[in-house]
Amino acid sequence: MRIALFATCIVDAMYPRTARATVAILERLGHEVVFPAGQACCGQMHVNSGYLPEAVPVVRNHIEAFESQDYDVAVAPSGSCVASVKHQHPMVARSCGDAALEARAEAVGAKTYELSALLTDVLGITDAAAQLGSWFPHNVTYHPSCHGMRLLRLGDRQLNLLQSVGGITVQPLPQADQCCGFGGTFSLKNADVSTAMLEDKTANIKATGAELCSGGDASCLLHIGGGLSREGSSVTTLHLADILASTRENPVSVTGDILVGGKVAR
Amino acid sequence: MSSTYLGMPALPVFGQGNLNAVESFPLAAKRELGNSQLRANLGHATHTIRDKRLRVVGELPDWEDLRNAGSATKQAVMARLPELLEQFEQNFTARGGIIHWARDAAEANEIVRDLIGEQGADEVVKVKSMATQEIGLNEYLEEQGIAAFETDLAELIVQLDHDKPSHILVPAIHKNRTQIRDIFLREMPGVDPELTDSPAKLAEAARSHLRRKFLSAKVAISGANFAIADAGTLAVVESEGNGRMCLTLPETLITVMGVEKLLPSWRDLEVFMQLLPRSSTGERMNPYTSLWTGVTEGDGPRNVHLVLLDNGRSAALADEMGRSALHCIRCSACMNVCPVYERTGGHAYGSTYPGPIGAILSPLMTGITSEENNSLPYASSLCGACYDACPVKINIPEILVHLRAEDVDSKRGTKKLPSQMDLLMKGASWAFSSGKHLGLLEKGLPLGRIAAGRKKKITKLPGIAGGWTRSRDVPAPPSESFRGWWAKDHRDPAAGAELPDSPNTDSTNTGEQA
Ligand code: SF4
Repeated sequence: MRIALFATCIVDAMYPRTARATVAILERLGHEVVFPAGQACCGQMHVNSGYLPEAVPVVRNHIEAFESQDYDVAVAPSGSCVASVKHQHPMVARSCGDAALEARAEAVGAKTYELSALLTDVLGITDAAAQLGSWFPHNVTYHPSCHGMRLLRLGDRQLNLLQSVGGITVQPLPQADQCCGFGGTFSLKNADVSTAMLEDKTANIKATGAELCSGGDASCLLHIGGGLSREGSSVTTLHLADILASTRENPVSVTGDILVGGKVAR
Repeated sequence: MSSTYLGMPALPVFGQGNLNAVESFPLAAKRELGNSQLRANLGHATHTIRDKRLRVVGELPDWEDLRNAGSATKQAVMARLPELLEQFEQNFTARGGIIHWARDAAEANEIVRDLIGEQGADEVVKVKSMATQEIGLNEYLEEQGIAAFETDLAELIVQLDHDKPSHILVPAIHKNRTQIRDIFLREMPGVDPELTDSPAKLAEAARSHLRRKFLSAKVAISGANFAIADAGTLAVVESEGNGRMCLTLPETLITVMGVEKLLPSWRDLEVFMQLLPRSSTGERMNPYTSLWTGVTEGDGPRNVHLVLLDNGRSAALADEMGRSALHCIRCSACMNVCPVYERTGGHAYGSTYPGPIGAILSPLMTGITSEENNSLPYASSLCGACYDACPVKINIPEILVHLRAEDVDSKRGTKKLPSQMDLLMKGASWAFSSGKHLGLLEKGLPLGRIAAGRKKKITKLPGIAGGWTRSRDVPAPPSESFRGWWAKDHRDPAAGAELPDSPNTDSTNTGEQA
């Protein structure tokens, strides 16, 4: 299968390793990965902040970038960006009265999958250790992010994949379904409430005794990791894709400066 | 009052009264967040109700069908509201009730005052009504020398304490038992000075206080949960029975109700009597449901009035994207699951309607340009928990975003200088409108690494981004974006992607853990 990667702006700029891990997983399964070079961002920040006219060129760009490439399905390691492509892009096209663009947005959206949904529903991965060779001998917990859970209805797909990784220990996270308080510009406009939500999330994470918290959305992980780092905790965050990509031969490093919150003890 | 006016004025009137915040949400939230007792009380209460609701909702195999039915009924009602109101008026009037139409809070308050005046009363009993909270009726009557006694227990506590409700169903959610005992001792005439904070003792004190009021009051004021158009019947749902005392004992009953509470027929009530109690208190059935149709010979009140209130509802109805906010049956499920409400409480929202529904309903009813209410649509992380919980499936996150866009648009070109947010959004629009633009900017990532320094984290950012670094670090960016790496290393598909061991950092990956 030819799979187009939507790297998302945050992953592209802040967590390139997660995009490379996504490529590695798909290529390991024998698929061809293409990267539509014109892509930039889903425009979710603009839409959610009320800047619809400013979102139009961003959405148009995304549609054109993915139309210009020949592929079977597109994938992004981010539930919220996929939800934006699927649900917000047609709405943005409608807002500027462009019915043709709306239809094109629907078409691109229909072919776009969140990583765990692609792996589970399309590629039939149920056992990451056996089918992907995933090996990650660490004690982790997992935060399901809101948009994956409620807009994409990912259910337990991410958690199931995580639990099937070789060597891993997954601790249940108390009040896992509670928002971490990121919410894009919400964390700037209502910084105090966002912080109060974050504090509860990091406290719950620390209570699990896990070395790190995993999830499927880089932005939530950036937020949670940033909070843990500020609290001086040794617990950090790592994207699900990085964990799935990790193997015995080439284990993912859990030290280094793309992780916030210090080193993960082995 | 005219009985030909169909409740829909030609030009929508915006609502007034207790709908407007007096300060912006972030400011009010900051103050409320500082109250640790409030936060503890709220966290405990919302989590308890939340779990209970999930349990009883889980018992119904057709819960989603019920939600769909409720949502469809409300949609149908909104589509033909003027017609249903007319039908209701005919049936209600035919059974001896009298209808009054109120365009806004001021009109409604005057109508109620005049009706009380006609009875020569200077005291009324009330059963919990959001509509009268909304129009500030108690305060207005007090100015007119009329005392209004709340009879719902929680409502009574809040009233005695000269406080405002902070939750639409559990108005005293922010108070604990000891606080309630202190309020009773301080404010309740003739209360036993030995009163303890045991729930039974507190209920007993309230009961004897209220009984005196029920027996002496000539006029009662109530809200209504539903109005059935083809029967001319009103319904109130409550759990203590004090409402039933109000509805049956006094000579005169005045109900104040928003125009959106209509249901076409008796049959429709069935769906809502299942949706409401489970969503609100987590009960299978509410203890008291009172229904009344006009005046009945020899039974109940002699004079039955209904004030039909617009106060911004037609403005909300005129908003195609926002009108489904009027489907709300005030169950409070959305606020019980809202992570923002859980931490700030109801007072931070300013209006009678707090939480997620308040964040959309208040600005819809007052207009988005209304001072301070324009901060309400931002009082959400858009986590979507409210939409999942809402028994009539109001897509609150979508309406929040719609109102944010209205707010931004209403300010375009009106300011001398664009805000930091405007500039950020404009800049990002340029950056994100092409892969080339973003690629160019990403060439600056190494600069971010320098800014992060040896600790490899950024702990202070300027401007609005400073809100982020007040409580969170930002990791040092990588030295190269994914795009940059792909262009260099992945042009040849045959090369394959190696798992990045130390992709853009000087991190050590010795492979020891294998
Ligand atoms: S918006 Fe929905 S969940 Fe919230 S109070 Fe109204 S009916 Fe209940």
